[in-house]
Amino acid sequence: MILTQLQAIFALAIKEFLALLRDKRSRMVLIGPPIAQLLVFGYAATFDLNHVPVAIYNEDTGIVSRDFISRLQGSPNFKIIQSIHKDADIAPLIDNKKALLVLHIDPRFSNNLQKNIPAHVQIILDGRNSNTAMIALNYMQSLLMDFNLNWAKLHGTSKPPATLKIRAWYNENLQSRWFIISGIIAILTLVVTLTVTALSVARERESGTFDQLLVTPLTPLQILIGKALPGIVIGIIEASFIIVAAVYWFDIPLRGNLGALYLGLFLFLLSAVGVGLMISAIATTQQQAVLGAFLFLVPAVILSGFATPIANMPEIIQWLTYIDPLRYILIIIRGVFLEGDSYTLLFNQYWQMAIIGIVSLATAGWLFRKRMY
Amino acid sequence: MNKATASTTTNRRLWGMIIKESLQIMRDPSSIAIAFILPVVLLFLFGYGVSLDAKHVPVGLVIEQPNAATASLSGAFEHSEYFKTSYFHSIQKAEMALDARRIDGIIWLKNNFSKQLLSAREPPIAVRVNGVNSNQAGITQGFIQGVWINWLEHFAQGQGRKLEMAVQMEQRVWFNPALTSTLFLVPGLVAIIMTLIGSMLTSMVVAREWDRGTMEAILVTPLHINEFLAGKLIPYFILGMFSMVFTVTLAIWQFEVPFRGSFWILLLASMLFMLVSLAIGLLISILSKNQFVAGQVSIIVSFLPAFILSGFIFDIQSMPDAIQIITHIVPARYFVAILQTLFLAGDVWPVLLSNMGALLLMLFIFTVIVRKKSNNHLE
Repeated sequence: MILTQLQAIFALAIKEFLALLRDKRSRMVLIGPPIAQLLVFGYAATFDLNHVPVAIYNEDTGIVSRDFISRLQGSPNFKIIQSIHKDADIAPLIDNKKALLVLHIDPRFSNNLQKNIPAHVQIILDGRNSNTAMIALNYMQSLLMDFNLNWAKLHGTSKPPATLKIRAWYNENLQSRWFIISGIIAILTLVVTLTVTALSVARERESGTFDQLLVTPLTPLQILIGKALPGIVIGIIEASFIIVAAVYWFDIPLRGNLGALYLGLFLFLLSAVGVGLMISAIATTQQQAVLGAFLFLVPAVILSGFATPIANMPEIIQWLTYIDPLRYILIIIRGVFLEGDSYTLLFNQYWQMAIIGIVSLATAGWLFRKRMY
Repeated sequence: MNKATASTTTNRRLWGMIIKESLQIMRDPSSIAIAFILPVVLLFLFGYGVSLDAKHVPVGLVIEQPNAATASLSGAFEHSEYFKTSYFHSIQKAEMALDARRIDGIIWLKNNFSKQLLSAREPPIAVRVNGVNSNQAGITQGFIQGVWINWLEHFAQGQGRKLEMAVQMEQRVWFNPALTSTLFLVPGLVAIIMTLIGSMLTSMVVAREWDRGTMEAILVTPLHINEFLAGKLIPYFILGMFSMVFTVTLAIWQFEVPFRGSFWILLLASMLFMLVSLAIGLLISILSKNQFVAGQVSIIVSFLPAFILSGFIFDIQSMPDAIQIITHIVPARYFVAILQTLFLAGDVWPVLLSNMGALLLMLFIFTVIVRKKSNNHLE
């Protein structure tokens, strides 16, 4: 009895696979977009600044200011594009986005330093992109601090009474690629799984075969499982492909337990498939299914902590993120990849995602029976 | 037939087409969702929800031997609005909390800290930050340095001497002095929302006629190809401009983003960008002839690039050269630059004119391609 039931589910799952893979367009959707997105995201999405265009306005004629500028020149973060000689030149450079930063060195710079009086520099920043400005400001501050500490060491003037030794854990050189690409694994997997499952019922409904499916001896539960299986299998394959690319192409360290990662992925796919089938059950056409998936995806990605941290959001919106399955899988993937986490540290993420999966699948099953037209 | 009646019939046919398209927008819940609901959701998420500004970063303090000197340092962290502090008795406990992501950083003062401090042996303040989110970690490091410098000066003062940093820096941030990320994200959102309507929604429109077989029916009517295209596009153009006005209004009144440029330039640039987006949407739909493919292609060639390659969030100058070249064919790149400048900087003519020139050039190129392709495919 159970065997025949399993056979029925299996047959439906096979039919789903064939429906998906026989169509050239659907095959393309599974392969083309994820690769394109992986490459574009992987290379373009970076918060690291290289070659920040800097203009130098040096009013000082001494040798120390030249030493200071050569430190700037030596840093890979900055690129000196121009020297200017009057105040009026600053505004056009910043306004026209020629320079992100203007370094203005006071006329008494070298003089003051040699007399042990504090010397002054002023920096003017283009704040239009606040994040870039903030990072450039930080780079500049560290550069200055190095200079100051070095100066104090060489000239024996007032040393700071305590030193600061900062170390970053898990992503030692603070490369944003490690952060972004680990996030892409989850996002691309979600996109593909959601599109595949969202289209599955909508396609049958458009061609009228869903009614036929409902009058077969299959129970709604069996239909649900048969429709969910291909989504999960394809999601696992897609995720594995991107994980391989992340490790071998982009050199992201994989420090934790693969089992913990795949357990997370499986639970994540349960909720992805659940949401996809819910959309599919509501949509009457394939177009509505695609747009519905898109409508879920955009807020889900924004609220997931993929690019902007959840901790920075207002409290009400933080609550909203608890129903976003991406939130949990991002913690799991980044935890396993970068922090080397194993099952115990991720337990909280697992059970919360499992609840989302069960609730969404149950709702999808309920919607199957509710919407029979 | 004289000229006057010919133009009246053209107007009537065009009008009929526009009404048909408008009704289709209003009656399809999915286009309503893309045109009205998604923009509002995006606007509120970016206006209220998403922020790159770290505040109240949870840090753990491990102070092995508390006394007056360490109290002034821990007080400096407690009073900073950038940190939310908690205390741990041992470094092991703090490291466990860092592993469990309860805190994002540790500040560790070892038990001989005060003794070394008073005997001027430069004791280290050991700081650990969770670097997984590299951007936030970098910003947090900057904040920690800031607190440290302030404390150093304060401490030196307490000892009756002045701590002189050899070089002191004064910083002036133009356009967005507090570096609030909302002020930079919300203007760019106008470009994203107009791309959604102009390219994504529109690309599905002509494709839908092929899918449903109504294209053949339209082709045998007296409707001229130009009337067909105009009738398709005018409702979406109006929809897009409406959403622009709506977004800008909310940005200014609700999210208090300053608007320093002139509104006429914004209107002109938006019209240009909307036309380019519509041309791209139309081209996608003519080439794909299928709603599903049109939807997928427009997400990949217009929506995602508008998000990632336009300078909306990620800085273009930091991308690899090859990718920077690609960004030049993304129309949103030019519009985002115009928007950020108009909102935050004002009428900076070199930036505005060069970017609008680029949009005009793109409009010209895409119109030529669309004309050519539509003649091949539709007639």
